[in-house]
Amino acid sequence: MAANYNAEPLLEVKGLKQFFPVSKTYTVKAVNDVSFKVYPGETYGLVGESGSGKSTIGRSIIRLYDPTEGTINFCGMDISGKMTRETKKNLRLQMQMIFQDPMASLNPRKKIKDIIGEALDIHHNYVNTAERDAKVEAILQKVGLAKEHADRYPHQFSGGQRQRVGIARALILNPKLVIADECISALDVSIQAQVVNLMKDIQEELGTAYLFIAHDLSMVKYISDRIGVLHLGHLLETGTTDEIFSNPVHPYTKSLLSAIPIPNPELEKNREVINYDYKTSGIDYCKGTDHLVDGTHFVKCTDEEFATWTGK
Amino acid sequence: MSEEKKREKILDVKDLDITFETTAGKVHAIRGVNIDLYQGETVAIVGESGSGKSVTMRAAMGILAKNAVVNKGEIIYRYRDNVGGIDYNPENDENAVWKEADILKMDKKWIRKHINGRRIAMVFQDPMTSLDPTMTIGKQIMEGMIWHYKIDKKDAYNRAVGLLKEVGIEDAEKRMKQYPHQLSGGMRQRVVIAIALSCNPDLLICDEPTTALDVNIQAKILELIKKVQKERDIAVIYITHDLGVVAKVADYVNVMYAGKIVEVGNINEIFYDPRHPYTWGLLSAMPDLGTDDDRLYTIPGSPPNLLHEKEGDAFAPRNAYALEIDDKLEPPMFQITETHSAATWLLDPRAPKVEMPAELRNRIERMKKEAQANGSKL
Ligand SMILES: Nc1ncnc2c1ncn2[C@@H]1O[C@H](COP(=O)(O)OP(=O)(O)OP(=O)(O)O)[C@@H](O)[C@H]1O
Ligand SMILES: Nc1ncnc2c1ncn2[C@@H]1O[C@H](COP(=O)(O)OP(=O)(O)OP(=O)(O)O)[C@@H](O)[C@H]1O
Ligand SMILES: [Mg+2]
Ligand SMILES: [Mg+2]
Repeated sequence: MAANYNAEPLLEVKGLKQFFPVSKTYTVKAVNDVSFKVYPGETYGLVGESGSGKSTIGRSIIRLYDPTEGTINFCGMDISGKMTRETKKNLRLQMQMIFQDPMASLNPRKKIKDIIGEALDIHHNYVNTAERDAKVEAILQKVGLAKEHADRYPHQFSGGQRQRVGIARALILNPKLVIADECISALDVSIQAQVVNLMKDIQEELGTAYLFIAHDLSMVKYISDRIGVLHLGHLLETGTTDEIFSNPVHPYTKSLLSAIPIPNPELEKNREVINYDYKTSGIDYCKGTDHLVDGTHFVKCTDEEFATWTGK
Repeated sequence: MSEEKKREKILDVKDLDITFETTAGKVHAIRGVNIDLYQGETVAIVGESGSGKSVTMRAAMGILAKNAVVNKGEIIYRYRDNVGGIDYNPENDENAVWKEADILKMDKKWIRKHINGRRIAMVFQDPMTSLDPTMTIGKQIMEGMIWHYKIDKKDAYNRAVGLLKEVGIEDAEKRMKQYPHQLSGGMRQRVVIAIALSCNPDLLICDEPTTALDVNIQAKILELIKKVQKERDIAVIYITHDLGVVAKVADYVNVMYAGKIVEVGNINEIFYDPRHPYTWGLLSAMPDLGTDDDRLYTIPGSPPNLLHEKEGDAFAPRNAYALEIDDKLEPPMFQITETHSAATWLLDPRAPKVEMPAELRNRIERMKKEAQANGSKL
């Protein structure tokens, strides 16, 4: 099942702001007026600098925070304000997040089979322990771990193995939306490929949508249908993967794409990267509005900037 | 590295063998690892998830888990005594003498005082596990400098702010007062890097140091480490799955599989002339920006279960090029050049001649052409 753009969007984020008051004089504007949609069966890649607000967007959507402003619509439910018990339950069942820091998100005192099985317990998804164990084993195998791993504790795993425990936990309930925050960053390329292929298979079979947060642009390019480029809490450029990679318009996007390391040592040694510094760029993100480049490709800027960058 | 200078070996991991005791049995995680490292040089360790990269490095730091048993091996670390405080550089001191110690034989107290953080610093894979959630970032960066070098608080504070700026964290003074959970994943990772650099180590071990960093900041961090390396001639070990990073920083590459180094070579030998079928698989699995394949290549099968040891080569069940002997006997390291060797029976003179997969060959040819077009003399 491919992405279904004729359907109602599965997730619609409108004007999301997430501010953190750190002290009286210092507020971090982690997410600043961000809007985007994710359709059923689609993979939406969210990329951008470290600290640009990617994880915060994910955490706001799954409601670990109360959004400062804006609305979040998921499966036709408004989940941005106070939720009913029914809505909360639905949200927990239909949306899962794979966290960036696997160790911090796994209970160190629990065995892996209980960490993964917990979701099944909450939603009474099995008839007896044998079925529960079998389900856990099956998902472990799919992410490249063995059934012997089920009895171990999180600290007894390698970094990449732990990350896969987080992936298994998120995928076991077949949610409609998975927020995958740097979920393959600690995996070697072969296991990365295995996990990404698994995610694609599940998507094809069940129409799962992914909000795929990653810094590895070659992997983002490979997995995403559409991409959003985030910088300092602002969504600067959005479009299909092809539109973004073949015709980046925003100077920030250009610099990001130019810095992708190439696995070719003799080439990598003397390669030039396009530098970008917001402070000296003369651009004010707060003044920008969405401008259509073509197709579904938008860039956030002023009219003058748009004219200079595109010649339109 | 100047030509006339003698290469000084600073780390020599010899035949390291480690098992873990678990409820399900013994996990034989490290099965005879050998790694050499010279002053001022950069070695990358790549390999499958779970192959033993982090455990090997934890052993070198003297911080193995409680259920670990070292069955065999030595980890010889060579160093010069730090006699002149935090900015002392033995390179500029003609009286500095080399000493050596087997880390595996030293007691915890000695290791804490002389090794951890001070001479060997490690950037851990999971930043959250090495940061204290109840302590401000600033305190955590200053701690080691004050403990190891007894410098005063103000000096430590200024150095800490300087380090935060160097790793690209803006508003450094404000960030000093924050707690780990108030930072983004990549910022936490950079704080850990700042802590590692704070005590001017001789050997820096970076375990997946840039996994949470965007490409721009990643480039910045790699440049920073290179700069420090040049200034102080320190050695750096990178554990990373990102072959783009390897291509950028490494002088030598060790490829690890199931608790063993299966191929070692200089950077060009590994990227342009790989010999071990596992290395072939690894290189084939890189996503390639130049193509639009619908599915990524993965190495077939799953990693061996280290609970059950098998005879012969651990990679054989997944190796399309396995020979009969692979099921019976582990291959030794076959030397190809002075710097390049690989543990595969394919290199035995009696083995049939086998070429790497055609797709990989084409890709390497393309990479070489691209490099040549950019002025490389490959
Ligand atoms: N709980 C919090 N309190 C205060 N500030 C916060 C909190 N959570 C996040 N921030 C700040 O919000 C900004 C965005 O953080 P976020 O974690 O969303 O970045 P990110 O894009 O995921 O970065 P990375 O790629 O490094 O993980 C950062 O400046 C961070 O310090
Ligand atoms: N405390 C422990 N108890 C039992 N097994 C362990 C323990 N620590 C590590 N292991 C096992 O030892 C093997 C090597 O682990 P290590 O952390 O070195 O892998 P790695 O190469 O760093 O992998 P990754 O790339 O995923 O981080 C793994 O199979 C892991 O499950
Ligand atoms: Mg993040
Ligand atoms: Mg590791």
